[in-house]
Amino acid sequence: MDMKVNKKLGLKERYNLMTRDLAWTPTYQAVQDVYPYVEYEGIKIHDWDKFEDPFRMTMDAYWKYQAEKEKKLYAIIDAFNQNNGHLGLTDARYINSLKLFLTGVSPLEYMAHRGFAHVGRAFPGAGPRVACLMQSLDEIRHSQTQIHSLSNYNKFYNGFQNWRHQHDRVWYLSVPKSFFDDAITAGPFEYMIAIGFAFEYVLTNLLFVPFISGAAYNGDMGAMAFGFSAQSDESRHMTLGLEIIKFILEQDPDNLPIVQAWIDKWFWRGYRVLTLVAMMMDYMLPKKVMSWKEAWEIYAEQNGGALFNDLARYGIKVPAGWTQACKDKEHLSHQAWAVFYNYGAAAPFHTWAPSEKDMEWLSAKYPDTFDKYYRPRYEHWGKEAAEGRRFYNTTLPMLCQTCQIPMFFTEPDDPTKIAYRESTYHGMKYHTCSDGCKAIFDNEPEKYIQSWLPVHQIYQGNCFTPEANPGAPDFNPLMEVLKWYRMEFGRDNLDYEGSPDQKNFNAWKQAATGN
Amino acid sequence: MQIDLRTVSITPLRQTYDHIAARLGGDKAASRYIEATMDVQANANFHYRPTWDPEHEIFDPSRTKIVMKDWYAFKDPRQFYYGTYTQARARLQETAESDFEFIETRGLAEGYDDAARRTALDFYVPLRHVAWGANMNGASMCAYGYGTAITQPCLYQGMDQLGIAQYLTRLGLALGQQGDLEAGKQAWLEASAWQPLRRYVEDTFVLKDWFELYVAQNVVLDGLLFALAYGEVDRALAAKAGPTVSMLTRFQAEWFVDSSKWVDSVMKIAAAESADNKALLNGWVAHWRARGIEALAPIASLALGDGADAAMARVAALLDARLAKAGLGAA
Repeated sequence: MDMKVNKKLGLKERYNLMTRDLAWTPTYQAVQDVYPYVEYEGIKIHDWDKFEDPFRMTMDAYWKYQAEKEKKLYAIIDAFNQNNGHLGLTDARYINSLKLFLTGVSPLEYMAHRGFAHVGRAFPGAGPRVACLMQSLDEIRHSQTQIHSLSNYNKFYNGFQNWRHQHDRVWYLSVPKSFFDDAITAGPFEYMIAIGFAFEYVLTNLLFVPFISGAAYNGDMGAMAFGFSAQSDESRHMTLGLEIIKFILEQDPDNLPIVQAWIDKWFWRGYRVLTLVAMMMDYMLPKKVMSWKEAWEIYAEQNGGALFNDLARYGIKVPAGWTQACKDKEHLSHQAWAVFYNYGAAAPFHTWAPSEKDMEWLSAKYPDTFDKYYRPRYEHWGKEAAEGRRFYNTTLPMLCQTCQIPMFFTEPDDPTKIAYRESTYHGMKYHTCSDGCKAIFDNEPEKYIQSWLPVHQIYQGNCFTPEANPGAPDFNPLMEVLKWYRMEFGRDNLDYEGSPDQKNFNAWKQAATGN
Repeated sequence: MQIDLRTVSITPLRQTYDHIAARLGGDKAASRYIEATMDVQANANFHYRPTWDPEHEIFDPSRTKIVMKDWYAFKDPRQFYYGTYTQARARLQETAESDFEFIETRGLAEGYDDAARRTALDFYVPLRHVAWGANMNGASMCAYGYGTAITQPCLYQGMDQLGIAQYLTRLGLALGQQGDLEAGKQAWLEASAWQPLRRYVEDTFVLKDWFELYVAQNVVLDGLLFALAYGEVDRALAAKAGPTVSMLTRFQAEWFVDSSKWVDSVMKIAAAESADNKALLNGWVAHWRARGIEALAPIASLALGDGADAAMARVAALLDARLAKAGLGAA
């Protein structure tokens, strides 16, 4: 795997010469000027060499293996595209989950690339530096292979074409965007706990397994290929996240409370972002992999539980929001999809009321909650839509100041009561959706008062094109905001039923398989 | 269930993403490089200021004095996105690998001239640390630069330098022993001949303007050092002792030709943008060029003895010629 050098050297010794031994302590410039960001979070590192690099990969090995993977991946993508692989999908509804991915997730891969470059530069230790920089390289790979894989969908379906513009603007995309903006604006150690540990290690399976297994289940070889190709990189990233947290905790006992506070914060922020995944799993996949509740039980309660048992020897406790998140598994996806169904005029993908068959599946998966709390709502909306009164909400919701999700979550022990929390900072009131988000806000109010909240921005008139005239008598704020989003009304949004995507897919598939 | 699809010809609704079409001047098929590069970086509505740099946005064009109307003007002539980058480097790596193997199987390192061996070890081994510094600087330019078109190749360049540091380590182990790596590091840290260069490298670590860092590292230091190390010194050693060292440094020599295409194009584009940019670049080049020649002169002497001055003059002339082609240099 590594460069062949003097045969007498062991693997570890060889790696040390190839990496750690390259670094030195500067004397012509002060160490704190060369590494200005390493101390201000209060984390104490006494010996960077105690970090055990889990990969010990040299650059020549990196290029060799990654180039092989790229060749294979692009061959699959090309074959899928040339053979109109998209017509082999279960149903074009599935494509909406790819729109969610390209607008909401791929830009985060790019942010991870820049973030790991920053952290790699900031760490004085050679081992973590090289591991972070290799991850930075991997992350640009992930954003680019996703852009390329989904480029073919963009040629035939709507909702992909302005992903870049929309990520910085569209209301629900401020949820993932603010998550990464939060991480990258934190110090380097917090970034590592936020992304390297909480996201890449604790929560990654809850993102990747549903999306990539969802692709496989629904006939999408293109997305499946990039997902599996990324998987071998991800295992390196997961290992880095785990090794880094152990390293920090072993360096000094004073680091424990700081790290615990970050775990509490980033578990909760990451979990909130996964709301989008929960609704995709339960509502957007025509052929479903497993329910959100099942995924939560396997990947969070079982795997995550075992992880936190391991970390207990360092004094780490399960994250503060854990118990609530476990209770929420019964409700999360239903509440989220209901909101997207409501706001289906303002999102660049299609929504729909679940069919009777879908609802039977949901009843079976959620025997204690679906029929009781959610089925009546969907049946009502389905009936209204059938009678030509598809419901679209035209008001704007209050957003959580921290996670930026509309305030639709309910109290942990009362699914009929919306949870509202409120904090006052410098005489202003700020609203949050949960104890988790309130605690995050209260701990760093000076950071979260900066949040670019889409609803507030719309009300302040900051989400219109320069040509818009709010004083005009026929001014239609929704249409003007959509124009600013670069969304075409009736093409990129509204119900799946009757959409151009639906019509095109059916016609093309008919041409491809009919007589 | 297996679905057999007939070959159908479907007219696509569009050829590419809208932001790409806007840049191509219409809805045309785009290359993978362009789709993976243009406008990928977020550029609006950042939620929070960096707690570690509250004067700036997360990505902020004002982290350099260079001003561009469009930061995506810096297209890479090599068209490197991740896939093309790794494949290009894997090809270089494969050649380097067979060269190292050739030297090993033919016993060329054992048979290498001892005086030349001493020169090669004393000169090339400490350069591992210069390359490591360049790796840090590449990460810095990627992290704090603006726009994927330029930040992307900055990271590739930095990782290439890590690879170079590792190839130099292998050179040390092929021609010498582990003790030679230790001696090289000692020289880097303490020997007087290496101190001006170490000071140069450490001074680049604290540069706040990432474009000035680009000039100090990629243009000036690499421009002078690679021409010296893999041109002048390599030729002198080959004349005395044959091509063994040329083979052990082939990666660096070929890499420099490849990387210079991009480095020169960045300078040309930035200089052509405005008179202000050009004046800034000329100022940075003048400052770092003088320091670079001063820093490299003692190690040129180390390797070339009396021939050092003439070699440094040729190396400087090569850099000047590259800069002149980019529209820079003494008017």
